[in-house]
Amino acid sequence: MKRAKSDRSWRSLVIAAPYLWLLLFFLVPFLIVLKISFAQSAIALPPYTPVFDFSAGWRGIENFFENLSVGSYRLLGSDPLYLLSYVKSLEIAAFSTLMLLAVGYPIAYGIARAPRRLQAVLVVLVVLPFWTSFLIRIYAWMNILQRDGPLNQLLMTLHIVRQPPVWLASDTAIYIGIVYSYLPFMVLPLYAVLEKLDQSLIEAAADLGCPRWKTFWLVTLPLSSPGLLAGVLLCFIPIVGEFVIPDLLGGSRTPMIGQTIWMEFFGNKDWPAASAVAVVLVCLLVTPIVIFQHQAMRKAERD
Amino acid sequence: MQKFTSKHAETSCGDERSGDTAARPLLRIEGLSKRFGSVAAVDRLSLDIYPGEFFALLGPSGCGKTTLLRLIAGFERPTAGRILLDGVDIASVPPYRRPVNMMFQSYALFPHLSVEANVAFGLKQEGLPRREIAGRVADILAMVKLGDYAARKPHQLSGGQRQRVALARSLVKRPRVLLLDEPLAALDKKLRDATRFELMELQRQIKLTFIIVTHDQSEAMMVADRIGVMDQGRLMQVAAPAEIYQRPNSRWVADFVGDINFFQGRVGDDHMTVEGTAAGRLRVAAPIEAEARTPVWVAVRPERMLLSRQEPASGLDNSLGGTIVETGYLGELSIYRIRVADGSAVKAAVVNAGRGGEPVPAQGDHVWLSFPPEAATVLTR
Amino acid sequence: MRRVTWFNLCAIVLGIAFLYLPIVILVIYSFNASRLVAVWGGWSTQWYAQLAGDTAIVGAALMSLRVAFVSASLATLLGTLAALALVRFGRFRGRLLFASMIYAPLVMPEVITGLSMLLLFVAISVDRGFWTVVIAHTTMAMCFVAVVVQARLADFDMSLEEAAMDLGAPPLRTFLTVTLPLILPAIVAAWMLAFALSLDDLVIASFTTGPGATTLPIRIYSEIRLGVKPEINAVCTIFIAVVGIAVLVASLLTKLTGARGTSARIEP
Repeated sequence: MKRAKSDRSWRSLVIAAPYLWLLLFFLVPFLIVLKISFAQSAIALPPYTPVFDFSAGWRGIENFFENLSVGSYRLLGSDPLYLLSYVKSLEIAAFSTLMLLAVGYPIAYGIARAPRRLQAVLVVLVVLPFWTSFLIRIYAWMNILQRDGPLNQLLMTLHIVRQPPVWLASDTAIYIGIVYSYLPFMVLPLYAVLEKLDQSLIEAAADLGCPRWKTFWLVTLPLSSPGLLAGVLLCFIPIVGEFVIPDLLGGSRTPMIGQTIWMEFFGNKDWPAASAVAVVLVCLLVTPIVIFQHQAMRKAERD
Repeated sequence: MQKFTSKHAETSCGDERSGDTAARPLLRIEGLSKRFGSVAAVDRLSLDIYPGEFFALLGPSGCGKTTLLRLIAGFERPTAGRILLDGVDIASVPPYRRPVNMMFQSYALFPHLSVEANVAFGLKQEGLPRREIAGRVADILAMVKLGDYAARKPHQLSGGQRQRVALARSLVKRPRVLLLDEPLAALDKKLRDATRFELMELQRQIKLTFIIVTHDQSEAMMVADRIGVMDQGRLMQVAAPAEIYQRPNSRWVADFVGDINFFQGRVGDDHMTVEGTAAGRLRVAAPIEAEARTPVWVAVRPERMLLSRQEPASGLDNSLGGTIVETGYLGELSIYRIRVADGSAVKAAVVNAGRGGEPVPAQGDHVWLSFPPEAATVLTR
Repeated sequence: MRRVTWFNLCAIVLGIAFLYLPIVILVIYSFNASRLVAVWGGWSTQWYAQLAGDTAIVGAALMSLRVAFVSASLATLLGTLAALALVRFGRFRGRLLFASMIYAPLVMPEVITGLSMLLLFVAISVDRGFWTVVIAHTTMAMCFVAVVVQARLADFDMSLEEAAMDLGAPPLRTFLTVTLPLILPAIVAAWMLAFALSLDDLVIASFTTGPGATTLPIRIYSEIRLGVKPEINAVCTIFIAVVGIAVLVASLLTKLTGARGTSARIEP
């Protein structure tokens, strides 16, 4: 049938366009990163060997494999800078995710319990700063946290501190910047589940003699766990690889892993090392996603 | 013409049609199957629908009636079998080329289009001249009394109005067969009752062939010329409403359509009695076409049961005694559950208006139940 | 019954204040007459005046807008196709890989996306500039578009499409006359999201850009690395004002179209 045939060609076009694009500009680049992470640093352009030499044919490919090296990965293990960098990234991501939960949950809960008409406005208010530039929001905090900036001026006027404390170039500033920037990503998924939460469940718990704090612990919190998990993943993973916030607000003692990649690449021009750091980071980040997926699948099977 | 032989469901259709329709079927379904994985939603089903008929597919949810409708509309492709419209197999024709239209349970009105544009949608696809489209849309909207609502969007209409727009939209194309998937399910009871009459009236006026899918037996009985009772992808019985109710062909159909009492026993040697039931020996009106001593069931509707305080004079009627365990007052009727000798419960329905001055039977009273042989249906499966 | 308790009210008020106070302070400081950002020297618009003459900043802003426009449009096209493929085509060969490639960029650290893009462009020896940034932004944004459009398609009432086909519309016409108009709001929202993501991005653009293709965030970043500058306060304020107006107009437009839909309900 002619009609069915033209339908099929439409179909394959719809799949092929985005598929090929992603293969070429997402998967292939990542494979190149993987390949270069096994190469050796060199002073050349591009600054690594071996370069894949197609013109040499089979010999070129053999040559390529002979010269592969795990040197970059060995470097990762031997230089404590990398290990410390990973640990610091995970630490900051973990603590700031917890802070985001502590700050974001009450906000999400408050919005979900607000009158219907107000809810839409409040959601827009939470999302709106996200539309202004990420960089600008971090920059705003650079203004506030300066040595003689508005925060210190306020603290001095209120006689809370006598000497202006140093905020910038510290982990505290990084935490402030992260919580500020990622707050919508925590609030929105939490709001989405809390808003759907059947109010009569809370009333049923109260009716059955459950005090309010216990109702929250036994009913509200377990039922909001999908949003909780989504919010945690949505924040934790990008925070681990964060570059801009620690670069502008943080100190220079221990860089986060995003900064390390940036420095290896732009500063030291050690592309194989930068690639190896990136590969390890991806492996680190993929693990929680795979675990999450696996559990979601098992849950789907049980239901 | 009671059915005592255990005919296979797939073959027992289309042959007991009542009414004045022409002998040539408009829609013929032959050995149609639709499997989803290992589940057969429609299982080797055959059925004939005649021109101008109002046919109802009745069955519990999940029986495959909606799948059958979607197969006819073309949204599902059959795993096996044929669908013949005017003798032409349309099983592989895509839905947009079938002269068959469907009214969806959800109405599926296009929310971004006005009432008028919704109704005109199908005609536009045919490429008709604008003037003709406008005329036909105006006519059909007047017919469903929505002429003043042409410019509204679906969300500005009430449930009943939306239902009529959906009906108009599927009717305006003048389909050979109109398929209605639970067309009244979304309406509240009062409106549903009124709409049933409108639907019957409409069908009589335009003389189209309607196939309606419903799980509501009173709806099917009321609107349809013939009913096909479906279970597990098969047609259990196809017949006129009265036939289905009075002479069901199986315990399943008898039980699904209305309320019924069963007495299990064995065919007597004279083929006119059933022996060994909870009520002893039961007489039936017509000879039983089954071997003597084969197990059968005598089915009696509750409203055919006569309730009395004294033992009826031994005549031709069957009778049994018991104690009332529950009573229920339904207004026009009262329902009684009576515990009989073997411990089982028998239901009886009594019309309240027919009662004389005698006192109403109450819980704990000992009563007699009787029914004439004509009230008994003998079922072999 | 929804009750607003003190706790809820405090959470909302403090939360909103936390989100907006830094931006408000930034805006106020952009009108500070003093060169020393922290010292208040009275109201002034001198930094805005100075900006108008700063061709580098203005050029970077225009470059950012061009990149954002082209990449958002490309990303919307590709992302919508991807969403259709994911939701409507059931199982096809390579679907798992396809779905993974859609979701992975959503959580991939920008540093890695940027790095891998750059390495690709180096490997195939492409000169970096406007188009390499556009390609990189399209790749990142199309995944967000796919997720937004997919969500709308997933709860799309299939019986509407079936009704259109039942009334005689072939699949393509069904898509154009019924499906597309109904998912259009999601597509528009996705385009806006893609535009904002592109305008916002510093890291990926830094990796993939070349001479003559400096975007606004790259420009701002190089200015503020070493500290706060009053001119940048002014740039940021303009940016915030533009975004604010755009969101206001967008919400007003949806309100208006929504109101047109409901006004007829009041009529007898």
